Amino acid sequence: MTAKNIAIYINDKPYQVQPGQTIMQAADLLGFHIPRLCYHPKLSLEGACRVCIVEVEGMRNYVASCAFPVTEGMKIHTNTEEIRRARRDIVELILDNHPQDCHICERDSNCELQRLAHTMGMKKHHFSGDRKRYEKDVSSVSVVRDPEKCILCGRCVRMCSEIQKVHNLGYAHRGFKTVVIPAYDMPFKDSVCTACGQCINVCPTAAFVEKNYTQELFQVLGDSSKIKVAHFAPSVRAAIGEAFGMEPKNLEKELVAALRKLGFDYVFDTQFGADLTIMEEAHELLARISGKGKLPMITSCSSAWMKSLEQFHPDLIENVSSCKSPMSMMSAIVKTYFADKLQRNPADIVSVGIMCCTAKKYEASRPEIVPSTDIVVTTREIAWMIKSAGISFPNIPGESFDQIMGLSSGAGAIFGATGGVMEAALRTAYEMYTGETLENIEFTEIRGLKGIKEAQVVMNGKEIRVAVVHGLGNTAELLDRVRKDNKYHFIEVMGCPGGCVGGGGQPYAGLNAIPLDEDALRKRAEVLYSIDRVKTIRRSHENPHVQRLYKEFLGKPNSEKAHHLLHTHYHAKEPRGIIPDHPIVK
Amino acid sequence: MTTLTSDTAMDELKAYIETVKKKARPESYLIAILHKAQHLYGYLDKEVMNEIAFIMNLPTAHIWGVATFYHYFNLTPKGEHTIAICLGTACYVKGAGDLLDTLKEELKITIGETTEDKLFTLQEARCLGACGLAPVIMIDEKIYGEMTPKKVVALLAHFRTEK
Repeated sequence: MTAKNIAIYINDKPYQVQPGQTIMQAADLLGFHIPRLCYHPKLSLEGACRVCIVEVEGMRNYVASCAFPVTEGMKIHTNTEEIRRARRDIVELILDNHPQDCHICERDSNCELQRLAHTMGMKKHHFSGDRKRYEKDVSSVSVVRDPEKCILCGRCVRMCSEIQKVHNLGYAHRGFKTVVIPAYDMPFKDSVCTACGQCINVCPTAAFVEKNYTQELFQVLGDSSKIKVAHFAPSVRAAIGEAFGMEPKNLEKELVAALRKLGFDYVFDTQFGADLTIMEEAHELLARISGKGKLPMITSCSSAWMKSLEQFHPDLIENVSSCKSPMSMMSAIVKTYFADKLQRNPADIVSVGIMCCTAKKYEASRPEIVPSTDIVVTTREIAWMIKSAGISFPNIPGESFDQIMGLSSGAGAIFGATGGVMEAALRTAYEMYTGETLENIEFTEIRGLKGIKEAQVVMNGKEIRVAVVHGLGNTAELLDRVRKDNKYHFIEVMGCPGGCVGGGGQPYAGLNAIPLDEDALRKRAEVLYSIDRVKTIRRSHENPHVQRLYKEFLGKPNSEKAHHLLHTHYHAKEPRGIIPDHPIVK
Repeated sequence: MTTLTSDTAMDELKAYIETVKKKARPESYLIAILHKAQHLYGYLDKEVMNEIAFIMNLPTAHIWGVATFYHYFNLTPKGEHTIAICLGTACYVKGAGDLLDTLKEELKITIGETTEDKLFTLQEARCLGACGLAPVIMIDEKIYGEMTPKKVVALLAHFRTEK
């Protein structure tokens, strides 16, 4: 229901707006973009940076437009000489406590602070003073924290606590010495960080970036004694164009061509690994439904969810599927089956995962995942490598994947969107369980960006209740429900908002875009659903190359060999995390 | 500082938290709980903060933020005696700088640290309200006025033999 409009004036021009919104919200709708920094529409209001100040007639001080509501007759000025100068001074003060080394910074040309300084018209430094000095925390294999770059906007803190409910980050110490850091000033590797990388996605500067492995990868690519194998996740092809200023678009063939130009000997598709995951996971589900193992079964593809499980929800470890992620299955098969085909020593093969994900770097480092993925780079890192190597991406003739592990079904493609793994698994599980062909294979009720989605599927008269959740905060909420009322058979969990398409390794939001923007997530997901729609094979178990892999090498799904290579296990981990307002299971 | 074994201290801390948990918005009593913990243990130990986190269901990052924000909270164990040297204007003019040098030399520590034998913690104070006696130092709750480097050495010797 819309309330009666109220009259406000912005820069002396009258407008009718809805009451109950902030000056910033009203101004946005009217086409005034008030500069901002700590504000994020998905996070709570912080009001910390003061960049969004405006003048309101009758008020003694400038007000933060992100937090100040509009009222009848309000006269707002967004662009007077004084307000421009005040805003510029605020940004300048932030910058004077910031390393002024943009040209060697990871976020050069893609930094909100840099853009802001440019729009503010900063031409020189008026205030020079002490600058905070900190060591970088490079202890984690996934996330690097550089407090010198931090401007204390707190978006990462709010992301980590409000959306992900990991609560790894907080403000510690005081005044000039305030720093965003895990509890006890712990190094990241010892903290409850799940490596999801969402702090990186919302950071306006380079205070959080992924651990960069591009130099190691360039080195490997120059080593002629090695066989270099790349495999990339569904979401990478959907989003990599954004790093080149494009809208989300399927650039699969162009990326295959670019990777070959970079020096990879073989380019495989992680979607093949996804099909393989479905074969194993669907069989595991059916076994559990028939009484062998705990229900609900919870998916295990998301590496940030794995660490979250072990730290926050160890009571549910037995509910989680033992299947490795598609990336780890790929590497396992590359170093066994594929090595056999080449008649080469697996030690000569370097398996490189190109992922939308920072937590996959952590997954590759888990000691129990063998054979492992040797190097994991994110969408952002591979986009930089392609630029750095002078490859005219994406304007190059597309090429096809290498065979043996290059063919995938549509089910494998949709893995990248929240609900996709569930949908893919149901397509296979239904047909295996009933022996009938599933008529309508699109499970639209579990698609989309609703936090927790539910559906029922009837298989041979048996009602199978499923739930799909994305974002670790939503996950905590759903798992509470499961503890109280265990009504589900199968749950898909993805650690990042939107699923892998919203992964912590995806391209930064471009000019005038905001991180985590739902439209962008939807567009990336739609790329994957459109890949699925045009595939002739849309069910994982119909992938002839997966069938061949079982016939020639693995035997049957969940066979001893499959278990040895494609499955793993999880253990409760320290430090034990705490999720406020959720029961603690000791 | 109360000298309790950690078990009895933990029991008392838990009992205190239980009373707090009955109140409205128990999480708003975090500072009081940390005060209690510091009173019982002399400082805020990581394990104690972990325990508070579990009982209160509060993230450790949040507790750490509060514990590091307020200067009153000690994050490292304190010595048996706390020496606060006044560096306020009056004391400083009357030679507190020399006293501090003597203390640092004698104790082989600097401000904010604790001696290896855990006997003394050295802190600075800005005016203890005894300017007439400047320069002063305070050991535990007691003020010692009109100090000289020589008197400081003698005072430390007294506390050492008392041990």
